[in-house]
Amino acid sequence: MVSKLHTPLTVAAYKSDVHNDWCPGCGDFGILQAIQQAFAELALPPWESMVFAGIGCSGKVFNYMASHGVHTLHGRVLPFAVGAKLANPNLEVIAVGGDGDGYGIGAGHFVHAGRRNVDMAYIVMTNEVYGLTKGQASPTLGRGQQTKSLPLPNTNDAIQPLALALSSGYTWIGRSYAFDGKHLKEMIKKAMEHKGMALLDVLQPCPTFNDLHTTEWFNKKVKGEGENVTIPRIFNINEQGYDGAVKDPTNADEVSEKRTKAFEMSNFRGERIPVGVFYEIKLPTYFERMQAQVPMLKQYAPALMPYQDESHLPTTDLSKVYAEYLF
Amino acid sequence: MKVVNDFSWMIGGPQGTGVDSSANLFAQACASAGLWVFGKREYHSNIKGKHSYFQVRVFDKPINSHVDDVHLLATFEDSTARLHAHEVVKGGALIYDPTKIMLDDLNLRSGVITLPIDFNTVLRHVAEVTGEEYGKLAIMKNVIAVAASMALLRMDISEMEETLTRLFTGKKAKLVPTNMAAVKKAYESVEALPPEIHNQFLYHLTPNKKMPKRLLINGASATAMGKLKAGCRYQTYYPISPATDESNFLESHPEYGIAVVQCEDEIASIDMALGAATTGVRASTATSGPGFCLMQEGMGWGGMNEVPIVVFNYQRGGPSTGLPTRHEQGDLMFSAFGGHGEYPKLVIAPADIDDHFHVAFESFNYADKFQTPVMVLNDKLLTHSLQTIPPFNEGGLVIDRGRLATAEELEAAISEGKGFPRFRPDSKTVISPRPYPGQEGSPYWMTGDEHDDYGHITENPETRVKMHEKRLSKYRLMLEQIPEEKQFTLKGEVDADVTLVCWGSTSGVLLDAIEPLKAKGIKANILNYRILNPLPIATEKILKKAKKLILIESNWGTQLGHLIRMTTGVFISNQILKYTGRPMSLNEIIDSVEKIVKKEVKSEIDPLTGMTIEKVVLTYGL
Repeated sequence: MVSKLHTPLTVAAYKSDVHNDWCPGCGDFGILQAIQQAFAELALPPWESMVFAGIGCSGKVFNYMASHGVHTLHGRVLPFAVGAKLANPNLEVIAVGGDGDGYGIGAGHFVHAGRRNVDMAYIVMTNEVYGLTKGQASPTLGRGQQTKSLPLPNTNDAIQPLALALSSGYTWIGRSYAFDGKHLKEMIKKAMEHKGMALLDVLQPCPTFNDLHTTEWFNKKVKGEGENVTIPRIFNINEQGYDGAVKDPTNADEVSEKRTKAFEMSNFRGERIPVGVFYEIKLPTYFERMQAQVPMLKQYAPALMPYQDESHLPTTDLSKVYAEYLF
Repeated sequence: MKVVNDFSWMIGGPQGTGVDSSANLFAQACASAGLWVFGKREYHSNIKGKHSYFQVRVFDKPINSHVDDVHLLATFEDSTARLHAHEVVKGGALIYDPTKIMLDDLNLRSGVITLPIDFNTVLRHVAEVTGEEYGKLAIMKNVIAVAASMALLRMDISEMEETLTRLFTGKKAKLVPTNMAAVKKAYESVEALPPEIHNQFLYHLTPNKKMPKRLLINGASATAMGKLKAGCRYQTYYPISPATDESNFLESHPEYGIAVVQCEDEIASIDMALGAATTGVRASTATSGPGFCLMQEGMGWGGMNEVPIVVFNYQRGGPSTGLPTRHEQGDLMFSAFGGHGEYPKLVIAPADIDDHFHVAFESFNYADKFQTPVMVLNDKLLTHSLQTIPPFNEGGLVIDRGRLATAEELEAAISEGKGFPRFRPDSKTVISPRPYPGQEGSPYWMTGDEHDDYGHITENPETRVKMHEKRLSKYRLMLEQIPEEKQFTLKGEVDADVTLVCWGSTSGVLLDAIEPLKAKGIKANILNYRILNPLPIATEKILKKAKKLILIESNWGTQLGHLIRMTTGVFISNQILKYTGRPMSLNEIIDSVEKIVKKEVKSEIDPLTGMTIEKVVLTYGL
């Protein structure tokens, strides 16, 4: 069990003193701030918390957090984070990365993390470009779109991360927006508190390289029903009555119905962008599945399992195994 | 002249017909009779149908190798008889099925005894006496072949019964009577042979019931046991031959509490193990060449972040998918030089199956002590060879977690409030203190980028030099702190005429060659490199003092030879190499060493070094 502080710390206590070198106006600031707020509100002990990050502008989140911060390899944030969480489930582990990192080079790991349902949150910072390498198209940029640095329009179709997460087995799937601090913080908390693998896809502008989907674009109202009616581009599906949470995971009909609804919502077409919790289900976590097969894991996490005595002599008794091989 | 307890047996057949289990049965029966065995397994990258064979050598003393001669070839179909009949020596025997093959079709040497067994008739008999369905008994042909062999070798039928009873327990216990019916019938058929046939067959096995118990084990299991003993409780893997057996063993023993995770690929395997290791668990992964390639980026990250991790590479024939189920020592250079940039890599190879246990145990200590990835180079030969060895000596095994953060250091980090100085070099020991997440005061940062004492990214040239030199100075620490007897061994004759230089599994066949070479007037010793990177510089004096050096490796490129030349300047011009994917046999080694010593090998110019070399390339074996 992840422990909580008796006396919660301030948001500032989760900020490291490392100079932040993101471009002014970057969506990353909003996401970092929301993660720090969520950590403070969840009263997490920094020394028991590990923030794993991928590579890219988003990856620098690891260094701006005053908890354990691990800057992994490009596309590999999930295996690293999963390794830590399974080795010691008492730690609060989150994974953070960009959309190129998670849905491009890391797409294989993204899929398999869903199958495992490890108890952790994965926050993907989606800005449709590879920022740190100067603006190439990421897997979420639509076909035919041409952001600032692209010599020619994008020739690939965009993937739909929420639909991919759904078919991969993620048990909590949500979307938020980098500059809606309140919603984002609440969504991060929900993703972290969910028992199982959570994907939170966070849309964000890249002020330097994405000149199509800017802060202004996200904030711009779009045409609503009726003459001269405009409504916000981003709308919260949960406020409009959408409920993606499966009440009874053993009810195959309900599961199927909620999955179908979540798939339709994640492929929402038109000018508006739905945010909120798309899907949620309670299933045994990977560690619980391992515990069922390896009973000692009910008593000890792998990292806390005893294997030596006070004089550092190994305590693992192999005599039963030897007996099978002795002739 | 009778030959007692010096014997080489072979069984073969299409994959999926029980060749492996029959060889296990034979080896177990010999082992429980107190004899020493070495069993070599050869098989294709295929599940059903292709030819596989298993050769079991039996001796009255410990042995580490196979011989090319076959004294008894047990076959129950035509392909094995066709492919191997010529290997049976005079005075040896062939068991064959006359309904499947004509003796005239075989290239038999003269003086080989032939023993026809109509396997289907035996099976029909078994069906009759046990009431089992005849059609389901085909898999028992190999048990019949083993029993007929044992009968010919004059091993008592009780040895078979004892072994079968031990093999089939629990739900499978009901298989014992059926198998014993087949065994009895096979014994009867052999015992009914005319006495002159029995007299012609020279090879006998005599049990030694006084022999203390020994392990009958392969390298994969020995490694897994060493890992458990070391406290490894987190293993990742992606299926690959011949590495998978180790992970399978660990997963089959949940009573030790080890978490075994099958990953989506080897990239995830190494990274998940690294992530686990950051929490303090002893973590490891096992793979073979293709997977080891995929792990290089992760291992570099481990080097940069000073994460203790042990990667077991079960070498097989390369490059690419190469020879997926065959033997080679082809990954030494890759292990020593793999990955971009520079970080300290400790490379160790076990010399024999017993050493698989010890290397597995020690490697975790080294990873912790030097806070860097350790690579263990196993190979297919010993991974899958079955050998009797004395029980592992657990005396002296001590866990060393290296330089961990002290309570005072954690306190200081709390009061300074800047995080834990995880990468600050210790002024005396170089190695930095390591806290575990969960300890108050522990937070620090890890990054593959160059970083300062706390793990913050920096491109400052002075910090770069300080950190780069700190990490790479671990090479010096390894050579200073790993005891010399763990770095290399020198075994054999004291005043040797010739020093055989090797690494890894090749050591076994050389050890077995010492006595026979001595009988031929050649006094040999063996310099076996256990630590391969950094190369033990202490061996320089041995190399320079040796009367004659012969380099023996299972690769084309004399990879150890190049490392030795690079480090010590010594170039070894006499070379015995094999890269057919098959291991070197004892007689191949004896013959080739003798040839080199007698100067019967023609000199040639090595095109890569321009040096004059005398090289023997071995090719025997299917």
